[in-house]
Amino acid sequence: MKKISLSFTLNGDAVTAEVPVTWNLLKTLRETFELTGAKEGCGVGECGACTVLVDGDAVNACLFPIPEIAGKSVTTIEGLAAGDGTLHPLQKSFLENNGVQCGFCTSGMLMSAKALLDQNPDPTEEEIRTGIAGNFCRCTGYVQIVEAVQTAAKVEK
Amino acid sequence: MIDYDYLTPRSLKEVLSLLKEYGPRATLIAGGTDVMVKIRNTRKAPEVLISLRGLQDLRYIRKNGGYHIGALTTHRMIEQSQLVMEELPALHDGASEVGSVQIRNVATLGGNICNAAPSADTSGPLLALDATVVLEGPEGRRTVPVMDFFTGTYMTVRKPEEVLIEFEISEDMGNFGSAYWKHSRRKAMELPLLGVAVALKLSEDKKEILDAKIALTVAAPTPVRATLAEDFLKGKPMTDEIFKEAGRIASSPDCCTPRTSLRCEAWYREDMIRVLVPRMAAKAAERAGKSRQRRGR
Repeated sequence: MKKISLSFTLNGDAVTAEVPVTWNLLKTLRETFELTGAKEGCGVGECGACTVLVDGDAVNACLFPIPEIAGKSVTTIEGLAAGDGTLHPLQKSFLENNGVQCGFCTSGMLMSAKALLDQNPDPTEEEIRTGIAGNFCRCTGYVQIVEAVQTAAKVEK
Repeated sequence: MIDYDYLTPRSLKEVLSLLKEYGPRATLIAGGTDVMVKIRNTRKAPEVLISLRGLQDLRYIRKNGGYHIGALTTHRMIEQSQLVMEELPALHDGASEVGSVQIRNVATLGGNICNAAPSADTSGPLLALDATVVLEGPEGRRTVPVMDFFTGTYMTVRKPEEVLIEFEISEDMGNFGSAYWKHSRRKAMELPLLGVAVALKLSEDKKEILDAKIALTVAAPTPVRATLAEDFLKGKPMTDEIFKEAGRIASSPDCCTPRTSLRCEAWYREDMIRVLVPRMAAKAAERAGKSRQRRGR
């Protein structure tokens, strides 16, 4: 199987990886970089558990062919808290508003919420619901998650 | 074991020469949201994937003469385009309904059309907006109306050695109001049971229908235009009864051949065409009024 060597930015650090060309971004993050925050739920872009940011946009890492990542900047859930471990306002807000139950969707949910607030700091409830429509949560019923994003938006303001 | 090579050409010329070299052993990939899923689900891959993502200059939405949209334009770019929202609103409706933000950030308009799923959310709007696709191949460029582009489920007139590079919509379509309805059970992450797109051009006093275009998806093996219903509308006064009759004509076997599938039954699709064509016509008419106001500004 042909391998490819590529350089990109991962959570602010310049990195290089040598992986099979058939791998996707999710597999590379989990197996090469041991960043297991992004999860494989469905593997076909339906559930959003693998959501990461590529150049600031939320994408399904499971569908992102790894050769396309050369030169790009990737942010995963592991890059969301500050370097000293201080939680991001979204992370705090998810904890305080009970936006986390089993936790499987949480990494992806937080990354979609981050992309949304970065691009639209004061979203309506409908915009929040559209922003996380590609992230399935089978526990919370979404209400607490929407409230968590609303609270974080207020805090960040 | 899935194995393939992944090539990342940087120019259209390079893509065309790779297509010539690999022929049927290659598949083009743009955003990858269909191709990657297909490879995973079927456990089968072509020998090579030729990526179009290096063709950055095919990502654009422009208005000069007509409207020009590059094949690599993402659904998200269309969703966020003020120009599309105001002047080609049916396309805005369709692109905004595809998948999720994550999918729309990478999935391209060219990919949605070339994949040719009967349920593609941009095919109905492009059909109702009378769009034309521009294909580039070894023998040069050719244009094909979207109406003639689909030949069957997942089949198009694009030859294996050709690349879809642009969509063109005539300037006059900016004078139409248009709307698309994706009929589905959930609000997101869903495929339509049925898609209805209508574009209407109204007289100055908004009382008469000058021109009408009606596209139906998941109503036949390919997206179709309900031309009999369109002809009926032309020159008619704009009333609820007229819209209702257009819905009845559009749902008849003269215009569509919906089938019973896993997702819903034929009679339901027929019924919903009858309901949704008038509803989308009314929305298109409302938007046509607004576009007229905008131009008067």
